[in-house]
Amino acid sequence: MTRIALGALLSHWRRRPGQLATLLLGLALATALWSAVQAINSEARASYDEAAGALGLSGYDRLERPGGAPLSTGEFVALRRAGWLVSPVLEGRLRAAGGPPVALTGLDLLSAPPGALPPGLTAVGGDTDPADLFTAPGTLFAAPALAERLAEVQGLPPVQAVAGLAADQAVTDIGTAQRLLGRAGEISHLLVLPAQPLGRPPLAEIAPGLTRVAAESAGDIAQLTRSFHLNLTAFGLLSFGVGLFISHGAIGLAFEQRRPTIRTLRALGVPQGRLFALLIAETALMALVAGALGLALGYALAGLLLPDVAATLRGLYGAPVAGELTLRPAWAAAGLAMALTGAALASAQTFTRLSAMPLLASARPRAWATVSTRALNRQALAGALLLALGLAAPSLADGLIAGFALLAGLLLGAALVLPRVLAALLALGARGARTPLAQWFWADARQQLPGLSLALMALLLALAANIGVSTMVNSFRLTFVGWLDQRLAADLYVDTANAAETEALTVWAATAGIDLLPRASVETRLDGRPGSLEGLIDHPLYRATWPLLTSAPGAWEALAAGDAVLVNEQLAYGGSLGLGDPVALGEDWVLPIAGIYADYGNPRPQAFVALDTLTARFPGTPVRDAGLIAPEGETGAELAARLVAETPLDRAAMIDQSAVKALSLRVFERTFAVTAALNVLTLSVAAVAILTALLTLAGLRLPQLAPVWAIGVPRARLARLDLLRALMLAALTFAVALPLGIVTAWALLDVVNVEAFGWRLPMYLFPWDWVLLLALSLVAAGLAGLWPARRLARTAPSTFLKVFADER
Amino acid sequence: MNVDWTTARRAPRAAMWTRRAALAAGAAALAAPALPQGFAGLGTGADGFALPDRATRLTFPADHGAHPAFRIEWWYLTANLTGADGRPYGLQWTLFRSALRPPSEVETRVGGGRGWESPQLWLAHAGLTTPDRHFAAERFARGGIGQAGVVADPFSAWIDEWEMAGDGFDRLTVGAAAPDFAYALALEASGPLVFQGDRGYSVKSPEGQASHYYSQPFLRGTGTLTLPDGPVQVSGEAWIDREWSSAPLAETQDGWDWISLHLDSGEKLMGFRLRDRVGPPFTSATHVTRDGVATPYGNGALTMSPRATSQVAGRTVPTGWAVRLPAHGIDVDLDAVNPTAWMDLSISYWEGPVRISGSHGGRGYLEMTGYTPD
Repeated sequence: MTRIALGALLSHWRRRPGQLATLLLGLALATALWSAVQAINSEARASYDEAAGALGLSGYDRLERPGGAPLSTGEFVALRRAGWLVSPVLEGRLRAAGGPPVALTGLDLLSAPPGALPPGLTAVGGDTDPADLFTAPGTLFAAPALAERLAEVQGLPPVQAVAGLAADQAVTDIGTAQRLLGRAGEISHLLVLPAQPLGRPPLAEIAPGLTRVAAESAGDIAQLTRSFHLNLTAFGLLSFGVGLFISHGAIGLAFEQRRPTIRTLRALGVPQGRLFALLIAETALMALVAGALGLALGYALAGLLLPDVAATLRGLYGAPVAGELTLRPAWAAAGLAMALTGAALASAQTFTRLSAMPLLASARPRAWATVSTRALNRQALAGALLLALGLAAPSLADGLIAGFALLAGLLLGAALVLPRVLAALLALGARGARTPLAQWFWADARQQLPGLSLALMALLLALAANIGVSTMVNSFRLTFVGWLDQRLAADLYVDTANAAETEALTVWAATAGIDLLPRASVETRLDGRPGSLEGLIDHPLYRATWPLLTSAPGAWEALAAGDAVLVNEQLAYGGSLGLGDPVALGEDWVLPIAGIYADYGNPRPQAFVALDTLTARFPGTPVRDAGLIAPEGETGAELAARLVAETPLDRAAMIDQSAVKALSLRVFERTFAVTAALNVLTLSVAAVAILTALLTLAGLRLPQLAPVWAIGVPRARLARLDLLRALMLAALTFAVALPLGIVTAWALLDVVNVEAFGWRLPMYLFPWDWVLLLALSLVAAGLAGLWPARRLARTAPSTFLKVFADER
Repeated sequence: MNVDWTTARRAPRAAMWTRRAALAAGAAALAAPALPQGFAGLGTGADGFALPDRATRLTFPADHGAHPAFRIEWWYLTANLTGADGRPYGLQWTLFRSALRPPSEVETRVGGGRGWESPQLWLAHAGLTTPDRHFAAERFARGGIGQAGVVADPFSAWIDEWEMAGDGFDRLTVGAAAPDFAYALALEASGPLVFQGDRGYSVKSPEGQASHYYSQPFLRGTGTLTLPDGPVQVSGEAWIDREWSSAPLAETQDGWDWISLHLDSGEKLMGFRLRDRVGPPFTSATHVTRDGVATPYGNGALTMSPRATSQVAGRTVPTGWAVRLPAHGIDVDLDAVNPTAWMDLSISYWEGPVRISGSHGGRGYLEMTGYTPD
């Protein structure tokens, strides 16, 4: 009997392959997006774990000279020969014509702990002869785009492209690095390897001038990147939710259509429990099939997105994440579990109804649900409560979780309120309707609302998220561009290789009457965290253009006098520092904060003091970097040409403003590539949700349409009205989504961003984007409505007639 | 001690040479984790490197030092030691030099190249075996900056804090340390240096592959082993092999089983057995009298047959052997002091002390390579 019952139940899908496809598609899409995000997250987490003991270069204790002066090869050898297993690192900037300088890291490839090598370097093929690595000219390793650029630069060693390096970073053996940087015998700092041999003397006996700095812990990175992953997870959940709407529609429809079968089976004596078990087995089977499909899709999707995510994490947080995806059993299991949970959620309503169905209930479909204003009100009330809770979250709790609670409350609450709002709007429309057909149109739209509401809620979520995220990204871009314009006020930037070049530049600028803005930088601890301390001179240009977020009166004067410091927003935010607060700038040096500036794209603390104060505190700090202001009528490039002609400086040592800007914008775009991709995917899933909901309703609505047709409204007209209704509902949903999206953007900019990145951004609105999005959602709804409408227009009159003739 | 290498087949000899050359070359291959196949670069030819010359007479102390114009070179010490309670121990201290390319004239003048970009790379292995534990460690470094190197007079061979130093090879100290073990030994020679082949010119093939090769098998020493349970005073015998050449690497055989034995009679025996993928194993031996007279033996004179195997590092490794050299009435059984003496390093192999019983008593060292996981 079981087999017969199962056969009867399953025959439904055989007769309606389209419905089966919809169900599988919905679950598969939900699983795919969710598991893609999870794959990316688990890949990143695995990378962090792997790096826990060997976290790139930052995962090791360091030996360095206080003040940041270089160490010598002799010191390295002395330590090694005393049994201290250390590995040297030389960091510098390498000039490369055709672009900005490159951050060059020289490692001793013999003694560097394998975990310190950039991810991807180990994947280099066997074509490199060790002789090419260790002896001149050496080999550079760089990310593919940079490798391409460097390959064309004259005088550089051969370049090998490796995935997994930051966009502006090149790595090479320390011997090569010393030669290229013109810093023979110099070492920036030493990494202390985790396992040390027995019997070595204390550091103070071997290298009394060096201090040991504790490694950044893996926890720091995990903490730092948590917000980013939470962000992705939130997107994944949103997509999963939207996918569930689709499945819910398909399962609900299948149940409605199988009412006669179920009634017949029960009448034939199949116990309800058995029927239940069979339906559960059927759902589970489909969930597994769809889940497997979704996993495959998700894996492919994650593979596409991961390189961008890895680049973002590295660029933004310095967190090492390999750009390659590995299949993890735990991930696959979680994905399938999600698919099963999703199917269970989607079919919960069906089972509730099945259990409540009397044995010989009428087999007539109940048009899914009746409009019950009270039910809508109840749902709206719950939504309002969620909205209120979400809005209250930031004042109740701190941190990123509160930010996401706010977002979740806003989005879910609004989604729940949506049907009530739409009902009210439709009632308003009905009041204005005069002809009977118009009245029927409005009334029928309200009648359809319960069936469509889930799909419309999905659309609302997708639209609001889209508006919110793109507003945030675009606001960020606008702010960032404006900030770059101000921050990069000088026309030309010159990087000098040694004191002689600095001198030559200074003399030339003085004789040519060109304003020179020299800068120096030391690595130190700012408020106890590793950061960079920069020195700059007092110049009117800074006062005129420097974008300070807040400043005390006379900030620039105090800075010039060496009595105060400017700190970046990240430093201020991380240490809860405000104007006037003292901040530690390394050992025994504390200055009050005179101003806080925006420093987008930099995760590290940074501060500015007067240049002469800096060089007095850290003697021997080289001035290797200067901005030049071109005279009226001269461009940065022209100035550079003059400089090349009249000084020994090399064109590769200079970069003009526009090139820096272009590079910075490229980094920016990459950071949000993943967000944009997920955004588009979520919207597509919402479009599919509407399509399936409309298809579901199309079959159910025949009893409602048949009388209208019988009264004399042609099928084509009915179809047009149906299409119009779909468009209208999408437009109304958009109307609700717009304010919701703007509030979402505010929450992202003002709450989430501050927590995640440490900077606050002003919000800009982009009405033109909204028009585009409205058009897009209308097109999506139109396309989704077109198919059912065409089907309606082609429904045979006999089918309409059957409504009156039999009970189906 | 005229060494008749030429009667032997070529391939096995080249492979014998490979035994330690592979380790030396490994310095380059494994130094850079980035380059798993860097090995291949070294096997391609000796162009530009100095070649061993039959006319060369080894001179000391100069030849205790490094020969940077040659491609590969090693200082290989093994010691069989005994604690005050009679417990046997074994230790290994090995320094390999590998040149990535021939040094330029200027580089040759300054000991093979100065600075980070010197083509001289160094690799060292240290092993310590007790009856129930085995420890191994390795170091990598480059020449040219002083982190590793060898100077002849006063003799010193070092990498980081690991060092073998002294007055020629007559009086030496040797030490190494790792996170879990350390040792320090003082050694004294009780016999002469033994020159392999034709006064230290050791031919490896009819085509002229050769090496400069001498040994000091008559070392006696005392010292301290630092073990997790505390320090142990030990004394015993040690053996140093010195060899350098520029021979390219031959195709790898299945592997080899190599022994150096201190017989209670005062005789020394070095022997090996090459396992061929297709043919029967090839053996070779050098017998050294108590006075330091060495006699080489070609294939078949020495027989080595596995008597017992052990499971080590997922492999089946023969840790008990029957060894016969009828020409000297030697018919002995070897048994590993600790069958788990696996050198689990960048290049992994079995190397540890053995006990000798049968026609002669004694102790020695066994090295086995090429045993793949089961």
